[in-house]
Amino acid sequence: IVCVCVCVFIYFQQRNLEGYVGFANLPNQVYRKSVKRGFEFTLMVVGESGLGKSTLINSLFLTDLYSKDYPGPSQRIKKTVQVEQSKVLVKEGGVQLTLTIVDTPGFGDAVDNSNCWQPVINYIDSKCEDFLNAESRVNRRSMPDNRVHCCLYFIAPSGHGLKPLDIEFMKRLHDKVNVIPLIAKADTLTPEECQLFKKQIMKEIQEHKIKIYEFPDTEDADDNKLVRKIKEKMPLAVVGSNVVIEVNGKKVRGRQYPWGVAEVENGEHCDFTVLRNMLIRTHMQDLKDVTNNVHYENYRSRKLAAVTCNGVDTTKSKGQLTRSPLAQMEEERREHVMKMKKMEAEMEQVFEMKVKEKKQKLRDSEAELERRHEQMKRNLEAQYKELEEKKRVHEDEKANWEAQQRILEQQKLDASKTMEKNKKKGKIF
Amino acid sequence: QTKCFFYRSHIGEQGEGARAVPLAGHVGFDSMPDQLVNKSVNHGFCFNILCVGETGLGKSTLMDTLFNTKFEGEPTQHNQPGVTLKSNTYELQESNVRLKLTVVNTVGFGDQINKEDSYKSIVEFIDAQFEAYLQEELKIKRTLHSYHDTRIHACLYFIAPTGHSLKSLDLVTMKKLDSKVNIIPIVAKSDAISKSELAKFKIKITSELVSNGVQIYQFPTDDESVAEINSTMNSHLPFAVVGSTEEVKIGNKMVKARQYPWGTVQVENENHCDFVKLREMLIRVNMEDLREQTHTRHYELYRRCKLEEMGFKDTDPDSKPFSLQETYEAKRNEFMGELQKKEEEMRQMFVQRVKEKEAELKEAEKELHEKFDRLKKLHQDEKKKVEDKKKSLDDELNMFKQKKTAAELLHNQAQQAGGSTTLKRDKERKK
Repeated sequence: IVCVCVCVFIYFQQRNLEGYVGFANLPNQVYRKSVKRGFEFTLMVVGESGLGKSTLINSLFLTDLYSKDYPGPSQRIKKTVQVEQSKVLVKEGGVQLTLTIVDTPGFGDAVDNSNCWQPVINYIDSKCEDFLNAESRVNRRSMPDNRVHCCLYFIAPSGHGLKPLDIEFMKRLHDKVNVIPLIAKADTLTPEECQLFKKQIMKEIQEHKIKIYEFPDTEDADDNKLVRKIKEKMPLAVVGSNVVIEVNGKKVRGRQYPWGVAEVENGEHCDFTVLRNMLIRTHMQDLKDVTNNVHYENYRSRKLAAVTCNGVDTTKSKGQLTRSPLAQMEEERREHVMKMKKMEAEMEQVFEMKVKEKKQKLRDSEAELERRHEQMKRNLEAQYKELEEKKRVHEDEKANWEAQQRILEQQKLDASKTMEKNKKKGKIF
Repeated sequence: QTKCFFYRSHIGEQGEGARAVPLAGHVGFDSMPDQLVNKSVNHGFCFNILCVGETGLGKSTLMDTLFNTKFEGEPTQHNQPGVTLKSNTYELQESNVRLKLTVVNTVGFGDQINKEDSYKSIVEFIDAQFEAYLQEELKIKRTLHSYHDTRIHACLYFIAPTGHSLKSLDLVTMKKLDSKVNIIPIVAKSDAISKSELAKFKIKITSELVSNGVQIYQFPTDDESVAEINSTMNSHLPFAVVGSTEEVKIGNKMVKARQYPWGTVQVENENHCDFVKLREMLIRVNMEDLREQTHTRHYELYRRCKLEEMGFKDTDPDSKPFSLQETYEAKRNEFMGELQKKEEEMRQMFVQRVKEKEAELKEAEKELHEKFDRLKKLHQDEKKKVEDKKKSLDDELNMFKQKKTAAELLHNQAQQAGGSTTLKRDKERKK
């Protein structure tokens, strides 16, 4: 007899270690394995044509992602395609990164831009769908993560405020992807104009309850200070350049004007460095985590809830959502079993009752026939008796009469005998 | 792949074939491993060890020695009626690394007379942890990233230091566990075996494991930085260990040791036992790999089997892949169909019963009628008999009547004649 008594004490006991055990080496193990695996990141850039999206990407990744051989979407003559992706492999310090840049040529360029966000939404959803299907297979292999981890939204440097299209787009995408709004071509704004512009934009973002990507608080006080500084600069005003210029003996990326050079990596000229540090050097992993733990999970639970409830009113019970669709079916199966039991019991009852009725009828019928039969039998017996009686009477009568007749006969005989005698005696002439 | 008409991909689509581009400077994504590590450290780590072995092989002591601490528990008795698993979770910290360690012990293993079912509770426990994870993974609203993973990452299998060979219980148990958990076999209380016997013992054990097809955990050799040490260590399996929390002064240091009259066994002396090797492999080098293997191999196997059992497939009969929605919908339709079928069957069964019962009752009714028809016929016969009798009696009566009447007539005639004669006589006489 095997008793499966599993006691799981989940009271977490703190233990102080006397001496080095060595699991402090775990982070190194994780580091080692992650380098071996390599990394992947998908960055989406959205904005009207001419806002310098491709240039910014090239500046961020210090590469000619879009070059003569692989022209950027803006170079293409036909701008009918709405979402384009380019995948490149970059290596640095032993670390390999598969970078996917998703561009949206033609966004907002039409006269009627209603629904121009739809292809973007469709793209993001389709990547989530791919991941969901891969994750849900019976035979799962390594699942490449092609989900969009970050969406840089380019705001035209009008200096006034957000355009209706900007607001509409961000509202529709903020719960599907990490949205980081950027002021493009910031070198057309003076610092003061830029400040006002930023304030205005943040105000409008708050008014419209748009949820842009939030930097997480850390446990480290210094890190938090940095985070707060970045938050104050939002939205980041950026400048990009494909051109390297010599300034004071240094080679820098910048834009050459008659009145000077706007340096991309100069923190006093624009927030490019902040963006790069945040996007690549400090928060790339967090952007992936938020995508995985928040945006993807939202997509998944919406998708599965739709499947489970099959169009049925989803306000039925919140409890359903904490179960997997399979557990849900199990529950329904159990309910069905109970329903069947009840139905069976009812049917059984009805059946028994009907049988009883019929049997009773049969018994009654039998009794009735018995009764009648008895009656007829008795009738017959009575008749029989009567007959016997009659016969007996008749027999008596007959016997009597025959006896009488015999006497009469005897008399007659005697008489005739006497007559003979007398005749002989001559008494009779 | 033009799945959606509106999205087109450049050269270098899915992963392989992404074109490599050179960088004109330091971009900074080489900090990614650090970012990942920071996240893991902030989140904390989790590791679960299962110790399988007979009572008295020093399982608890070894755990205490490995983790330099005194864990729960008193020594167990030998009179357990079955095998139970006791699990304790501890929060440990070393520098900035927090580890949630769960130690699961098999209590009563090997103590019963009939050990046929000993492995069952262990397998059930391991499966239960997989199941719990699977259930969480399948939920609609799930919180996987904050889920406390209770799946067993490493199973230390304690082999009794007999010096001869593996016990059949060991072989049976390990065979049942090798597809569910990473098994690291160790020779317990190895200070009971001499060096030469130990070498032979290890060879015997390894060959028995191989010949019985038991898959034990191999320290991974695919990563160059640890390939060499791992492959060396693989050749030292099973590790012969000695555990002790007692400290003895050797030279001017206090070391963990077991003191005998003939000498002192130093736990951390690699000449005396393989404890250091075990610690190195289990904790310092391969802890993360053990966790990863559990997740990507053992858990996937469990999950695949479970889903297939439930009727899930990846492709439809035409070998086209199912989308998740299709799969669930198909499952749901199948499920609904099944329920309806059950209902139909039950109804049919009742219809059948009703029919049968009706036939039965009809049969009874028919018999009844037949019975009464027979009685009726009998009755008819009797009636006829009576009628016949009556008729014959009536005939007789009639005949008698006739006879009587005739006789009377005759008699009357005779009387008349005789009467006249008599009259004459009388008249004569009178004259």
